[in-house]
Amino acid sequence: MSSKTAQLLQRFCLYVLLLVGAVVFILPFAWMLSTSLKPLNETMTVPPRWLPSHIQWDNYPRAIEEMKMFWRYTGNTVYLCAMTVIGTVLSSALAAYGFSRIEWRGRDKVFVLVLATMMIPFPVVMVPLYTLFRELGWIGSFKPLWVPSFMAGAFNVFLLRQFFLTLPKELSEAAKIDGASEWQIFCQVVLPLAKPALIVVALFQFMATWNDFLGPLIYLTDQSDFTLALGLQAYQSREGGTDWHYLMAASTLVVIPVVVLFFFTQRYFVEGIATTGGKG
Amino acid sequence: MTRHEKRNLRVGLIFISPWLAGFILMSLYPLISSAYYSLTDYSVLSKPVYTGLDNYRALMSDELFWQSLWNTFYFAALSIPINLVAAILLAVLLNVDLPGKKIFRTVYFLPSLVPMVCLGVLWQWMLNGQMGLINQMLSPLCDVINAVLGTSVNPPNWLADPAYAKLGLVLASMWGVGNAVVIFLAGLQDVPRSLYEAAEIDGCGFWRKTIHVTLPIISPVIYFNGIMGLIGSFQVFAVPYVMTNGGEGPGRSLLFAATYVFNKGFQAWSMGYACAVALILFVIILVLTLLATYVAERHIYYAGK
Repeated sequence: MSSKTAQLLQRFCLYVLLLVGAVVFILPFAWMLSTSLKPLNETMTVPPRWLPSHIQWDNYPRAIEEMKMFWRYTGNTVYLCAMTVIGTVLSSALAAYGFSRIEWRGRDKVFVLVLATMMIPFPVVMVPLYTLFRELGWIGSFKPLWVPSFMAGAFNVFLLRQFFLTLPKELSEAAKIDGASEWQIFCQVVLPLAKPALIVVALFQFMATWNDFLGPLIYLTDQSDFTLALGLQAYQSREGGTDWHYLMAASTLVVIPVVVLFFFTQRYFVEGIATTGGKG
Repeated sequence: MTRHEKRNLRVGLIFISPWLAGFILMSLYPLISSAYYSLTDYSVLSKPVYTGLDNYRALMSDELFWQSLWNTFYFAALSIPINLVAAILLAVLLNVDLPGKKIFRTVYFLPSLVPMVCLGVLWQWMLNGQMGLINQMLSPLCDVINAVLGTSVNPPNWLADPAYAKLGLVLASMWGVGNAVVIFLAGLQDVPRSLYEAAEIDGCGFWRKTIHVTLPIISPVIYFNGIMGLIGSFQVFAVPYVMTNGGEGPGRSLLFAATYVFNKGFQAWSMGYACAVALILFVIILVLTLLATYVAERHIYYAGK
């Protein structure tokens, strides 16, 4: 066998491997969608029915109804996403600027502290934080879930700092000669250039808030304040796992916005995740 | 300090002040008070009462605590290496120039976007013993095996069987491997082509190139993903919580350290006790991270260093 055919054969095998893997990764999605459109009795047949005999769109409105306050949950989640995205982008950009574009004594030592805080697991701080927010009378309100985002999370500061460091120093120096203050350089020179990085941080924060479960679970007390993630879990544990067609419809509804967002912003996502593993 | 230095320090501190506030209020203060609470008898309704090492003494003979630690180690020891190997393999495959590469990358990445709660609900259904997709696919396989070998194996009852529940959770977590794959793919772009070409001249095939060229060069990325996996899997909470409808799984097989902290702190309201558990978890993560770093420093290849 010539080396050319061997190489072709190898590529073909790789292709088949990737294809099989891709099918395996798609299957859970397909199963979720297919279950969400079946009548109840068809979810329970052995062997499985891959496709419903007729598409039961009605499962979706029914799932929304079963989740009780679906639209409230959606509104709450969107509100929290908006607040945390604003808070994170503003505060992390400020902090990252201070850690990258200004030289001050001890800066890089303090930055090690930023990285170190990423190691602290949430379960370790959750009891004192709960107590703190309780003293403030914030339990049962949205405040514990968005106010902290205005205090620059370590991960986002790290990400933006990486980006700010790539911008040439001369930009700031030229602006300084023109008499610009540090604040003006931040707003008018660095931020406009950092737009892609800011979008990455905004996206990650949106995802984090949309997905967050433990936070809402401990801080929110009133069902009408629940987020989608918490509302879905509450529905699932109340329902106890029999109406799988409704549960899958409800899950699909919670997943879809994230997937849609991803398809519109794919480039930023992939670049952003790639930088997290970069020069760490 | 010159006037210029003083000015820079002042402006610098103003810019980092949001982080500084967060560091003090969201990290430093909770960490210290968590350590203090762990030495007290504290339910949220009454003031903490100092009890010395009582909580830690009670922990030593607390079966649930040991069970939760055992489960956490078990899950971490299983999921970290499996996910690392899977991510590296997928990244290497997806790095080959094949038609449809972009679509493949998207497909493998997509599941890592699924919110934890949805992941839990979906995989509870996937792993359902009778109607779940996994077993619907395994049972014909078991039938074939039984027919050929004359055995009588059956697909496991995953989340209802203490021996398989954690394995089920590992399967669910593997579905979200795409995030790590993207990071590895970025690392693979840093491998100089000249090294591959040199290896090819020496007669290395695809796998030998991968093992002798690619892996050493991406070792810093392996370290990074390993640490992320470690931190993540030692505080696993949402997915098993959802999968068990807020319970602990059959025979407490899905009771993890973070679950135990939550149960003690926010179900039983023994917050001092919960803090003691959380601190031990923190120390474990810290020690393992330092250990991994120590090992890594001996084996990591840093270009140009």
